[in-house]
Amino acid sequence: MGLFVAQLLTGLANAAALFLVASGLSLIFGVTRIVNFSHGSFYMLGAFIGYSLMQVLPGAIGFWGSILLAGLAVGLIGVVVELLVLRPVYKAPELFQLVATFGVILVIQDLALMIWGAEDVLGPRAPGLKGIVRIMGEPVPKFDLALIAITPFVLFALWYLISRTRVGVLVRAATQDREMVGALGVNQSWLFTGVFFLGAALAGLGGAIQLPKGGADLLMDFNILASIFVVVVIGGMGSLPGAYIAAVLISVLNVFGVAYIPQSTLVLMFVVMAVVLTVRPYGLLGREEVAGEHGQVGEPDKPIKPAGWMARIIVLIFLVALGFLPFVAEPFFTILATDVIVFCLFAASLHFILGLGGLVSFGHAAYFGGGAYVAALLVNYANSPMELAFLLAPIGAGLLAVIIGWLCLRLSGVYFAMLTLALAQLVWSLVFQWDEFTGGDDGLVDIWPSAYLSDSTAYFYFTMVFGIGGILLLRHMAHTPFGYALRASRDSVRQAEATGINTKRVQWVAFSIAGAFAGLAGGLFVFSKGSIFPVELEIAKSFDGLIVVFLGGVKTLSGGVVGAAALTLVQDYITRFEYWRLALGLLIIAVVIIAPKGIVGSINALFRYRFTRGGDEVKE
Amino acid sequence: MLELNNVNSHYGKAHILNDLSFSVSRGEVVSLLGRNGAGKTTTVKSIMQLVKPTTGKVEFEGKALTALAPHQVAKLGVGYVPEERRIFTDLTILENLEVGRQPPRDGMAAWTKERLFKIFPNLEERKSNRGKALSGGEQQMLTIARTLMGNPTLLLLDEPSEGIAPVIVEQMAKTILTLKEEGLSVLLSEQNLHFARLVSDRAVIIESGEKKFDGSFEELEANSEIRDAYLSV
Repeated sequence: MGLFVAQLLTGLANAAALFLVASGLSLIFGVTRIVNFSHGSFYMLGAFIGYSLMQVLPGAIGFWGSILLAGLAVGLIGVVVELLVLRPVYKAPELFQLVATFGVILVIQDLALMIWGAEDVLGPRAPGLKGIVRIMGEPVPKFDLALIAITPFVLFALWYLISRTRVGVLVRAATQDREMVGALGVNQSWLFTGVFFLGAALAGLGGAIQLPKGGADLLMDFNILASIFVVVVIGGMGSLPGAYIAAVLISVLNVFGVAYIPQSTLVLMFVVMAVVLTVRPYGLLGREEVAGEHGQVGEPDKPIKPAGWMARIIVLIFLVALGFLPFVAEPFFTILATDVIVFCLFAASLHFILGLGGLVSFGHAAYFGGGAYVAALLVNYANSPMELAFLLAPIGAGLLAVIIGWLCLRLSGVYFAMLTLALAQLVWSLVFQWDEFTGGDDGLVDIWPSAYLSDSTAYFYFTMVFGIGGILLLRHMAHTPFGYALRASRDSVRQAEATGINTKRVQWVAFSIAGAFAGLAGGLFVFSKGSIFPVELEIAKSFDGLIVVFLGGVKTLSGGVVGAAALTLVQDYITRFEYWRLALGLLIIAVVIIAPKGIVGSINALFRYRFTRGGDEVKE
Repeated sequence: MLELNNVNSHYGKAHILNDLSFSVSRGEVVSLLGRNGAGKTTTVKSIMQLVKPTTGKVEFEGKALTALAPHQVAKLGVGYVPEERRIFTDLTILENLEVGRQPPRDGMAAWTKERLFKIFPNLEERKSNRGKALSGGEQQMLTIARTLMGNPTLLLLDEPSEGIAPVIVEQMAKTILTLKEEGLSVLLSEQNLHFARLVSDRAVIIESGEKKFDGSFEELEANSEIRDAYLSV
């Protein structure tokens, strides 16, 4: 009984930081409709800044003062991010803002590395709260009790601010209709900045306040991201009490999970989320979202057309030239080209569901890694021939997408996106923690192709056939009746339904197809590397996919492929520098601000402007 | 006090307002009439800068509005009552009024919740109800009251009678006349000619974003050609 209570208290204490960070994310989303991926970075900055301040400010006042100052400092950093990065892109499609915040993650990662170095830092213990107290015979840190006591006050203060003050009224009004708030004389851009300040400050506070428990390191930003998304989704977007309840639920379950079923701690969180969302699709205290949160906003574009003869001939010449690559270049380039094609296929499959389907999947890595793991497991356990394993990779990934798609497509907009992310994390945590079966962190090795493909040149041709074949097939599907139905469902669900299209089914099928093709890319990947590790299932992999689709251009057909090729080549070059993340992050932000149509979109626009003056559009 | 001069507005490539010019004087109630799709709402939004005119001038009390953001236009004293009402459905009536509240303006009595409840007694009864619990007519009243909280000197009313029971429309007419007595100027975009004639001094008729008529209701009465061509009576 004593142990039970002690664990309950630890869970409640852990919920403090999680709630602070998640409530900030929820607030920012509520008003600006931006899913702030860099929120984990604000949390990390709070921890590091708090740590540095605690080194110079002495005593209990110094400790708690450092936490408040860290929150303030991160709030101001949030303001800088809002003013410099987000304000220029508020008018752009929502998804570009996501990519911009992803650029911010990369920039902050390298800045933190420059300032604080790569070493993890141990947080100082709170002066006056260093000891433990015995509760029912079990030791409980005093600091934990302080955290448990503080959190409800923060919740109350936030609740008061939102529901009882003029600022809170304006914030809630802006959540519903920003333009109308502006037309009533409120300068909503400052309201946005204010909310961003508050949200970032909460994340910073969360980072600083957990220092005595968790310290600070450079991986904190991604590590907390999945948890806060889960908390916000379980609690209901925009609901502060919901975020608190969910933070407590997740933290307490986690503590008990560690104690009783240590093999499943990571999985547990996502299982809880899946259960909650099955019963209450909009979270515990969330309300149904009003429609109109589709990925595609802004002026409708001209419909995409199949490539013209000119473009087809150019592509053909390019492919033939690519086929001669092994004869003219060093083996290194053949391997690099194989990587590029695999990544292009992955990006094309994401583009299929995102660009044509308008469905923002944040967890596309699940199908890429899923396909790779299906093949690797078959080879490893069933000694299956490479050909069979390769064939079953897309089928396995497709089936995974069928299941996840069914769960996620009951929701839409941001909820859909969050759920795809969380379920992808579920897949990742399963693979990561099921050591005996999947090899866990050590991955699966010795997954080589059949003898006739063992040479890197042979495998390059194999990749060309299946990778480029897959890309062309996906492109072709855009111009089939199914592709039309998919695009119709993206542009107007109601009109599509009215013409007899079962939009949910079309989207479900498309989601599954996209998953299968990502699995095909995963199959190509695993046999080219000879091994597979959980890193291929991580959030970062999904984000890589999202970034290239945006860099290439969401609303163009070739966007994903061009973006993927560009990113792989750029990455291959800039990762040679020490602070390449900073460079890549700035590059991404610059592209989002300067060329919001992406590479292909911008080139098309340029051509249209130069040669046709608004007449026939140039074909892609 | 309000002057539009050769205003052109576009939605994407569609040309909605075509060299539109007219004015509203202080204390005047002007009706902007025309069929569905004639450009009435776009005119109102172009004044409010919710739609940015591509060319032309919009001046309010001698100040050019075209370079301003909507919130700055509102601050100058232009009150916007949108056609779709756009009340904040999750907020209570009192909170909706709070969103509209702006500092008092020199030379006129500031609107308070108490004063507004005298004009709109229904709202007082339901002041703690959320916006979504209101009927269409009540929502329309709330929209007007909310805008008045900003102490505007010019009110832009976009089709306030649309979708509202005749009894309420009559009440609305009385309200507009009360506001006129308070010294407010009003630009009323309407399709309901009967309602417009009840409250306004002058009519401006537009069709395809072009002005077709500008004069008194007596002149309009006499000119059946114009009436039949541009109004669906």
